Amino acid sequence: MVIRRVYLDNNGTTPLHPMVKEEIIKAMDVFGNPSSLHQFGRAAKVMMAEAREAVASFIGASPEEIVFTGSGSEANNTVLSILACPSKQCSCFNSVKFNKVITSIIEHPCVIETVKCLTDRNTEVKYINVDKYGKIIMDELEEELKRGPALVSIMTANNEIGTIQDIKKISRLAHRYGSLIHTDAVQAVGKIPVDVNDLGVDFLTLSAHKLYGPKGIGALYIHKNTPFCPLIRGGHQENGRRAGTENTLGIVGFGKAVELRKAEMAADHERLLSYKNKLKEGLKGKIDHIYFNGHPEDCLANTLNVSFPGAEGEAILLYLDLTGIAVSTGSACASGSLDPSHVLLGIGMPIEYAHGSIRISMGRDTTEEDIDYVIEVLPEIIKKIRRMSTVDVEGVKNE
Amino acid sequence: MSETSTKVEWVYSEKLKEHFIKPRNILEDERNYQEDGKGVVGNMKCGDEMMMGIKVDKEKGIITDCKWKTYGCASAIASTSILSEMVIGKTLEDAYNISPKDVAKELGGLPIHKVHCSVLGDKALKAAINDYYRRNGMIDKIKEDKARVVCQCMDVTDKEIEEAVLDGARTFLDIQEKTKAGTVCGECKEEILGLIEKYKKEHFEE
Repeated sequence: MVIRRVYLDNNGTTPLHPMVKEEIIKAMDVFGNPSSLHQFGRAAKVMMAEAREAVASFIGASPEEIVFTGSGSEANNTVLSILACPSKQCSCFNSVKFNKVITSIIEHPCVIETVKCLTDRNTEVKYINVDKYGKIIMDELEEELKRGPALVSIMTANNEIGTIQDIKKISRLAHRYGSLIHTDAVQAVGKIPVDVNDLGVDFLTLSAHKLYGPKGIGALYIHKNTPFCPLIRGGHQENGRRAGTENTLGIVGFGKAVELRKAEMAADHERLLSYKNKLKEGLKGKIDHIYFNGHPEDCLANTLNVSFPGAEGEAILLYLDLTGIAVSTGSACASGSLDPSHVLLGIGMPIEYAHGSIRISMGRDTTEEDIDYVIEVLPEIIKKIRRMSTVDVEGVKNE
Repeated sequence: MSETSTKVEWVYSEKLKEHFIKPRNILEDERNYQEDGKGVVGNMKCGDEMMMGIKVDKEKGIITDCKWKTYGCASAIASTSILSEMVIGKTLEDAYNISPKDVAKELGGLPIHKVHCSVLGDKALKAAINDYYRRNGMIDKIKEDKARVVCQCMDVTDKEIEEAVLDGARTFLDIQEKTKAGTVCGECKEEILGLIEKYKKEHFEE
């Protein structure tokens, strides 16, 4: 059977840009180890340096401030683990004088889970709450900062609801109280302009596969002179900051991807914003009891998180899948746990709404026809699910 | 995006998919459905809820109709759909004895993390059958699964431990994390270990 394929899970991952693919294929012939001194090694080294230059310039950094990692998760783990290093052998020894992390309740699991481990290693951890739109409560953050310096880790844009934080303000606040600031910008870089100097952060995480690059390659920006401790040791690669022979193909793909983003990002933003408005209006007109989550303005243009009380998220996702539309859900049932998304609960959403939420995340390949198709198909699916639902959503049952 | 005819295997079995697409015996007209027994289990906060109503041929003690509604995921929908087909025509006794494992088998298998969802229909059916007995003064027939407190300190029942096992708990530590049972004096540890084995066998082993 031929069905349409509409990919609306771009916050999960993005398709490889065709020109990135081409670049990677070309790079496949350059097999040398960048650490080798001979011509084969030198060829790989040059290729890698160009990509590093591209990634650095995309976020306003200098190439020495970029460390390539195996993923965004690894970059986040690396930053957080600088506090846990008790080794006298390590170059970081005594460079970080405090042992405290301040983060938010809506961070990505790779931050939340790592921070949990730190708690067990006697690191003091404080979670800052967010308002109903997912914005950090600044007073709470400042109060906590006043108690003493810490490593602050707050994401730039949230993966589930798209809310964008005022990182510039958060950075200034953190520095005023002698703290270090890290931002997980994995969802932001490539979707909105991100400049490390403008933001004033000490660390910033980015990832290639969220911006039409390959999987398995992330990067960590480390402001020069910032204390640092490697997570993976035992090699001089990345200036001794991340051991292991470099993923040259990934790095090349990353470099090409950001170069293309530079050219395409602004136009994509405008287009996707208009699609999002169309989608909202279209769905609102056809579905009763529909709620849009995230900040009304400070939100990624491509991301639309929406709740349908009375309909369970995994069921919505799988009925959509049968029509060829791919989205994701904050429902517990899709993940195999019984708890729905911590982000949706974090913004104060009632638990029964959180179970009935889906995330539609558009990308550079999304067309207006795709949006029309969703507006055509999704209301019917919600109707079907609500008809067999035990939850009586007022007005819906009486149609 | 481009169109394609590539067939990528679905996330669950074909049978499950079929029942998910076309769920059987959904209770559409709740107000006018005069059931002889009704069971409601689960709750919205856990992300699933199930309601089942049965009609019974009182002379023969046979289920003649079974309708249901759910707030639940694909596995809850499909497993209840198939269960509703399985019970029609069965005696109350036989219907009561259908186990979630029988349903999962009929569905062509279920991933472990989905067993929890499929148990819901079975529980609703048992509740509906008991409700029928209650309405008809057949109190002696009621087989109530009464919850029994296992951990006295934290007031945790065997039912909660069963839920935790269905939710993936396999060790004493898992149970402690999920239910807080055994986190105070720890006297119930042996009993909890026994229950883990029992529920694992009941719900997951062939």
